[in-house]
Amino acid sequence: MITSFLMRSFDRSILIAVAILVGLAMLVPALNLLTAPDHPLHVPTYLVSLFGKYLTYALLALALDLVWGFCGILSLGHAAFFALGGYAMGMYLMRQIGARGSYGNPLLPDFMVFLNWKELPWFWHGFDMFWFAALMVVLVPGLLAFVFGWFAFRSRVNGVYLSIITQAMTYALLLAFFRNDMGFGGNNGLTDFKDILGFNIQADGTRAALFAASALMLALCLILSSAIVRSKYGKVLVAVRDAESRTRFLGYRVEHIKLFAFTVSAMMAGIAGALYVPQVGIINPGEFEPGNSIEVVIWTAVGGRGTLIGPIVGAILVNGGKSIFTAAFPEFWLFALGGLFVLVTLFLPKGVVGTAGAYLARRRAQRKAQADQMPDNLAAEPMAAE
Amino acid sequence: MNQTIGQTRPTSLLYLDGVSVSFDGFKALNALSFVIEPGELRAIIGPNGAGKTTMMDIITGKTRPDEGQVFFKGEIDLTKKDEAEIASLGIGRKFQKPTVFESHTVWDNLELALNRKRGVFPTLFYRLTAEDRARIEEILVTIRMSSRRDDLAANLSHGQKQWLEIGMLLAQEPELLLVDEPVAGMTDAETAETAILLKEIARTRSVVVVEHDMGFIRELGVKVTCLAEGAVLAEGSIDFVSSDPKVIENYLGR
Repeated sequence: MITSFLMRSFDRSILIAVAILVGLAMLVPALNLLTAPDHPLHVPTYLVSLFGKYLTYALLALALDLVWGFCGILSLGHAAFFALGGYAMGMYLMRQIGARGSYGNPLLPDFMVFLNWKELPWFWHGFDMFWFAALMVVLVPGLLAFVFGWFAFRSRVNGVYLSIITQAMTYALLLAFFRNDMGFGGNNGLTDFKDILGFNIQADGTRAALFAASALMLALCLILSSAIVRSKYGKVLVAVRDAESRTRFLGYRVEHIKLFAFTVSAMMAGIAGALYVPQVGIINPGEFEPGNSIEVVIWTAVGGRGTLIGPIVGAILVNGGKSIFTAAFPEFWLFALGGLFVLVTLFLPKGVVGTAGAYLARRRAQRKAQADQMPDNLAAEPMAAE
Repeated sequence: MNQTIGQTRPTSLLYLDGVSVSFDGFKALNALSFVIEPGELRAIIGPNGAGKTTMMDIITGKTRPDEGQVFFKGEIDLTKKDEAEIASLGIGRKFQKPTVFESHTVWDNLELALNRKRGVFPTLFYRLTAEDRARIEEILVTIRMSSRRDDLAANLSHGQKQWLEIGMLLAQEPELLLVDEPVAGMTDAETAETAILLKEIARTRSVVVVEHDMGFIRELGVKVTCLAEGAVLAEGSIDFVSSDPKVIENYLGR
């Protein structure tokens, strides 16, 4: 049952994307580690980490697309699930520092010693074990999404109202995580990480491995999303997007349909956050900033919502542009981003990938029409050759 | 009247007794009572604001009545259930404006409507069986759309969308079909075809049709209920109802 469910996910574009991601996961670390720094094909470590970060953003955009592009739920709080996954990973990394912190306390992270705390808060227990932290990376965002979605979807909160309360959710978390007595490092967040699974987090090898892990995880989530979207459940998702009350009068429990997609999406966002934190070396409440969630919407719109490849392309394009733009004209980036969103909405409503896909489909249809019009003897030729 | 209606409840398919509902002081339904028998095709007419759509909202669980009883098959209390539950009990509803899933193909629209398990996991692992395939083919023939199975619903004409929606209701295998203005905006030829289609459907299940088009109702040739101001004004054959002075004054005369 599971295999047939997953097998369905492979169509040509997904297969190509997965092949590219797996190829990158092997090639980039190899070019970074096995070539000399002066070799023309050498990929410097800072680029490995930069692109690793883009891949985690791409995963976040993919997660958003699953609910926004396919089910019409415009979540403006997806960065919150990303940040929660990131915090879970950050807590693990903090516990790995052990006695190597500035205060040399074997159990308490530096900020707790600084705040004069005597013992570890209960919710920090277990985060010294990687498997536990990894579990929390998906469970915490998943649980928040489930509870939040349960109330929102059951009360039939829709459209712009839902978007507003997701913004409120991420803003509330921002304020909460800023407080020192929340126990998550307050304003400064969690940083100064030393190692992950016993490997030095600054080492080239670890950075390359984190890049590979991000690429492979993105490939895996792409396969999973594709399988979901192509199943009958995926068709119901689109049905809810297009005509919610029709779906309900056909006998579908729309709130359950939405809740499942929202929870899976939040879990994916959490995984993205967990891969992001070791690559950038810090997680702080700024990640809950409402603007961050809106940026994710822009990446997805630019790439093409309702296509699975679109958000990945969009996240990498926009963030690549951001890296170049902010270095050249730092003060104009936000104008460029806003302008981009307006232009895409006006001229490329299906995004880059959606528009390209529509163009290709049109060309294929034209070619088919031409082939049909061809004289019989010409069309029959290939058959005769056989 | 309530007493005679009360006796019919055990054998009825749909039973409404003294149903009232008001919105902001406006009484949309005012002690509405009527009964639909199993296998019956019934037409409902009435002026705008007579409560026809509100009545459908109440039967399908979208609106809760302030008072009154609504029973399906004599014993299932519909006022306690929501839309999805009522739909799976076997009551299908067609909206006034044709509502189909525009970005799905005609085939997928029917597949989604098919009367199968509708939970998250059954749909996630659903595979199209030969039996389901045959059922969809059969419905495509009934609604005369076999040749358009792979077209997106968005590319259908208005009349075809209406038929697709009726086909989706058939796929749902309801015992009772509520159809709201099925021929609004249709050409005369399409209207005649729709009348044939509905009569065909009514052979195996009960159908309630709300319509303004008197010619269409005459074509159906069934028992008619005329509503006005949220209550039943007259009930009987089309000739009986249309000669009723109250109906002429309230509805036809205008």
